[in-house]
Amino acid sequence: MHSTPIRRPAAFIGLALASVALLTACGTASPGGDGGDAAEELGETEGSVSILAWPGYVEDGTNDPAVDWVTPFEEATGCMVTSKTYGTSDEAFSLMKTGEYDVVAASGDASLRLVAGGDVAPVNTDLLENYDAIYDFLKMQSWNSVDGVSYGIPHGYGANLLMYNTDVFTTAPTSWDVVFDKSSEYAGKVTAYDSPIYIADAAVYLMAHNPDLGIENPYALDETQLAAAVDLLKTQRANVGEYWSDYLKEIQAFETGNSVVGTTWQVIQNSVTTGNTDVVLPEEGTTGWSDTWMIASEAKSPNCAYAWLDYIASPEANATATAYFGEAPSSDAACEFRDDCESYHAGDEEYASQIWYWSTPIAECLDGRTDVECTDYSAWTTAWSEIKG
Amino acid sequence: MDNRLVGDQGLVSNSTRVVVAPPRATTARRISSFLSNYAWARLTLLLSAPLAWLVLVYIVALAALLITALWSVDSFSGEITQSWNLDNIITVVTGSLYQAVTLRTIAIAALVTIVDIVIALPIAFYMAKVASPRAQRILVIAVLMPLWASYLVKAYAWRSVLAEGGLLDSISGGNSPGYGMPATIMTLAYLWLPYVILPIYAGLERVPNSLLEASSDLGASTGRTLRLVVLPMLWPAIIAGSIFSFSLSLGDYITVNIVGGTNQLLGNLVYTNVGAANNLPLAAAISLIPIAIMFVYLAAVRRTGALENL
Repeated sequence: MHSTPIRRPAAFIGLALASVALLTACGTASPGGDGGDAAEELGETEGSVSILAWPGYVEDGTNDPAVDWVTPFEEATGCMVTSKTYGTSDEAFSLMKTGEYDVVAASGDASLRLVAGGDVAPVNTDLLENYDAIYDFLKMQSWNSVDGVSYGIPHGYGANLLMYNTDVFTTAPTSWDVVFDKSSEYAGKVTAYDSPIYIADAAVYLMAHNPDLGIENPYALDETQLAAAVDLLKTQRANVGEYWSDYLKEIQAFETGNSVVGTTWQVIQNSVTTGNTDVVLPEEGTTGWSDTWMIASEAKSPNCAYAWLDYIASPEANATATAYFGEAPSSDAACEFRDDCESYHAGDEEYASQIWYWSTPIAECLDGRTDVECTDYSAWTTAWSEIKG
Repeated sequence: MDNRLVGDQGLVSNSTRVVVAPPRATTARRISSFLSNYAWARLTLLLSAPLAWLVLVYIVALAALLITALWSVDSFSGEITQSWNLDNIITVVTGSLYQAVTLRTIAIAALVTIVDIVIALPIAFYMAKVASPRAQRILVIAVLMPLWASYLVKAYAWRSVLAEGGLLDSISGGNSPGYGMPATIMTLAYLWLPYVILPIYAGLERVPNSLLEASSDLGASTGRTLRLVVLPMLWPAIIAGSIFSFSLSLGDYITVNIVGGTNQLLGNLVYTNVGAANNLPLAAAISLIPIAIMFVYLAAVRRTGALENL
């Protein structure tokens, strides 16, 4: 026991370092590459498909026996579905790097990174029967296509709206100024979405109210523009009661009156039971999301993947899935199967044109400027932490 | 041993001496005699498994954390680059954001600890010295009872208690503190209270009643007895309780998310850097702050000598 007092710690440290090295070596990812070409034609289905998606996008009845749109797909195509859910776009991005998934449902703040990393392949939309019916304003957008090549099909979309308490607001607000420049009137009762991507909401406001800054796209901010947005949000913070990321938390805050004005989703307005709230899409426009079904570049079951994309775009499946999640479906035909399309403004192109869909801010400016470097998502994250202080 | 054996045998037969045959040399016996002769082998067998577990789970995890803090993340691809630098540590130490959040976290943890000790002392004293044995058992169960409910349920319960028009509002006539720092301190103090009451209660149990009687016989007032007799003996127990509430508060990020309004603590910064920002190295660097604080705290506690009495 006492013979090797010096060598033992050395051995321990050696072992510790070795296992650390082993663990980290496993985590080193392989370099990304080209996504390859789109499929020309479809073959026999492979019998299984693995899907990576937001919670509530792939429901096979295990969460709620009444909510199941996977089983009909399995019966029709013979492709058995295994699915995994993720909580953030970053998680989706790193999970796709493992190459274990054939299909992914990605939001705009992940999709471009997946394309750039070569993790997803172009999608030949001619092979999808249900693609034609999808709203034109969702097709071939900057978050689901690159250089005129489609990288996926739209799933559903929604806007970040302004929610207000009708007891406090006798007339409906028409501008975001109630949460920015005039937020002091509602000090301690303002709420905002707790994510770096919320900086884009401030940028949308600045686009309308401070044109001198020259913001063309709320996701393409150079350093001066970001600083202006951060200043606006720091002023706002003094009047914010709380930030929300869990939508149940916001529902409760509006029901109790702890929050009286702030950003929200349509599904939250639909869930508030006290009936003294309303939502509006302010005149400045707003941010929102539009999710895309994509196929992995190294999919093991490409034919089943195409079958899933076609199925989830079909009216009934799309209606069920988007209704369950609380967003607008991707086609008018899907509205035949839903009775709440109106509240989500599905197919209202005028409404949809006011939405700046979430995109990943990257150093290469999304608005096409080449004379400056834009701030990327990590800069936004740092800024967001500083805003919250 | 031998004498008793002989004596026992003697009850059966006084004249014959029983000769105990040497045990057969089975493998088990050989191992057993080997272990009885060599203390180091015994110790190694006994401790190697738990020690290996401790080293793997605890020390290697800490080492991995430290090493990760020295790496950086490629901002576009989101992959960790294994180049060695101190940038993250420097950012965390010099950044005004991290200093402000660290101070806030320490303040909250310290206040939670003080509130808990102030509440726990009389309860523990009543449980240990005043209550009947039956009431004592009931009180121990009552103190432990909240631990049966989920942490999240309790935090959300406080959210509705503190809400506008909630329980606190109706009791205080609309003066609920709302969501923010006070709400966080109240909720955390509630959550960790059992962990502070139990060690203080155990410490008070060890204070003999005779000492209290002797002190009062010698003319000391109740306050003097408490201060000069009970408190010195209780000090290690209070320190033990404070270690629980202080360290648990330092790492918390869920309660402050639920009732903390706009405030964020160190745990929230770690969480956003792992989740939203995908910056594991910076998160690792931030998580070294509470570890460092706990080291300083434990070292300070050790200097008081309280740990030796635990």
